[in-house]
Amino acid sequence: MTAAGISAVSAAARPVRGGRRLPLSWLGVVPFFAYVGLFLLLPTVIIAAGSFTTKDGGLSLSNFSGINQPYLVKSLANSLVVSAVSAVVGALAGALLAYAVVTGNPRGILRRSVTSASGVLAQFGGVTLAFAFIATLGTTGVVYIFLKDRGIDIFPNGVVWLTELSGLVLVYTYFQIPLMLIVFLPALDGIRPQWREATESLGGSTWHYWRYVAGPLLAPSFLGCTLLLFANAFSAYATAQALISQGSVVVPLAISNLLTSETGRAQPGLAKALALMMIVIVMVVMVLYAVLQRRTSRWLR
Amino acid sequence: MSRTRRLKLRVFRTAVFLVLGAFFLVPIGAMFEFSTRGNGVTAPRTLDAWTAIAKVPDLLPAISVSLQLAAITAVAMLVLLLPTMVWVRLRLPGLSRIVEFICLLPLTVPAIALVVGMVPLYRWIGPNLSDSILTLSFAYLILVLPYTYRTLDAGLAAIDLKTLSEAARSLGAGWGTVMLRVVVPNMSSAILNACLLAVALVLGEFTFANLLAFENLQVAILYVGLVSAGTSIAVAVASLLFAFVLLMILSFVGRPRERVAREEPTGIPGPFGPPAVPQGL
Repeated sequence: MTAAGISAVSAAARPVRGGRRLPLSWLGVVPFFAYVGLFLLLPTVIIAAGSFTTKDGGLSLSNFSGINQPYLVKSLANSLVVSAVSAVVGALAGALLAYAVVTGNPRGILRRSVTSASGVLAQFGGVTLAFAFIATLGTTGVVYIFLKDRGIDIFPNGVVWLTELSGLVLVYTYFQIPLMLIVFLPALDGIRPQWREATESLGGSTWHYWRYVAGPLLAPSFLGCTLLLFANAFSAYATAQALISQGSVVVPLAISNLLTSETGRAQPGLAKALALMMIVIVMVVMVLYAVLQRRTSRWLR
Repeated sequence: MSRTRRLKLRVFRTAVFLVLGAFFLVPIGAMFEFSTRGNGVTAPRTLDAWTAIAKVPDLLPAISVSLQLAAITAVAMLVLLLPTMVWVRLRLPGLSRIVEFICLLPLTVPAIALVVGMVPLYRWIGPNLSDSILTLSFAYLILVLPYTYRTLDAGLAAIDLKTLSEAARSLGAGWGTVMLRVVVPNMSSAILNACLLAVALVLGEFTFANLLAFENLQVAILYVGLVSAGTSIAVAVASLLFAFVLLMILSFVGRPRERVAREEPTGIPGPFGPPAVPQGL
């Protein structure tokens, strides 16, 4: 099964036995580096290089000034708002859920089920998730019909907000909350009951405990996890594509339209500039996340 | 803990579990409901949408192709990653940070951005190598790297690789024997986990396939949805159930041995310790 990889390794290994070690042992990692070089680093270089060149190969910043069109600026603003709102809502709800889990029996079936289900649901996205919400809240959906029969129209004036930005926020929370549970639970686990007892023995109230002890300890982790959720929503494409079929409402949809435009107006240069912008934003957010996680681990665990 | 506080906590927990439980279960139930609807408002429940799965053209091929892609990606991932990780641990420990960094890199490059850079690559692969949809596994291998790396790394950390391999080598085993008969059996659960993760990720993948103009399972579901909503939702439910089963096996049964001894499993092993960043959403 692993014959190809092994033969590469053992081919490198045999000369090593003989004596001069260092130079030849590098051969063992050549397949891996060649592969990621070709399929990970090269595409990244293509994006970076392509966003600074024009169609005829000249060096220019025109792709970036091309971003400055009303519909692209709007899609960027939409992306930021959708990601931020769904991250904050997901973080708050996920933190509440994590707290509800952590105050229960640490070895109980409830905790195991919730963490396992979250592991699954955090991965649950894309077309299937969009369809799930259409089957729930769409104009033929169960919940929509159920509510309408009781006189509640969740789409007043016929505005089906499910397939608009606010719908995107709602659908994104579906995978944001479980992700928050997974990433925030370890921090909550690090809180020791003794700290609360210490607060109480010093005359502090519940408010004091959360304001001066648990709050400050959990804040970096909470903030970091919120950033992770933001990056997660910002990169999401499939869910948006399946839910909002037309237009360039968010950046990933704009990129996809620029790339596959059927009317022959595909603008690969502009798509690359947008892609580069996305990568930079997500990278900055992820670095901040890593920094905040490191800060959290100073006190918790 | 005082009695009122305990009561408050209880009310709080019940409320949270009820509200969020409903939020997560209702959409899944609604999909079942939708896929068993008959024609018309008062029509009885039917399984027509489910039986139609076999009749819709393009759907069965898409399912089969996605399964093949999943299998190829899982195997290729093992072939590429496992020997490299073993080799780096044994012979080039100085490289371990770099390998880890590279493996986690796809997390900071959104799939939708990475695919922009892959389009020119596939424009070359198409005419020169093969235009088969199975070439998508090249891209999928990159996609699953962060998740499988973490899983395999945890598995490798749990065994005494150096002693095991030196013992095997001193008994005359070649590197192939070391890998297949010493390393693999000793970390079989981590390998199983990594494979299941790879399979689940590939089966749910949409971004690459759609933008590179290939029709895998998720793309087919979207297209079928334009014609027959019931059937596409039935397939979606089926694929979801399949992924659920895979991932549930992963988080309940197939936990790596080393984690059983420790505290609590946090579901799927993620790239930054416990966290798992979903891809392909």
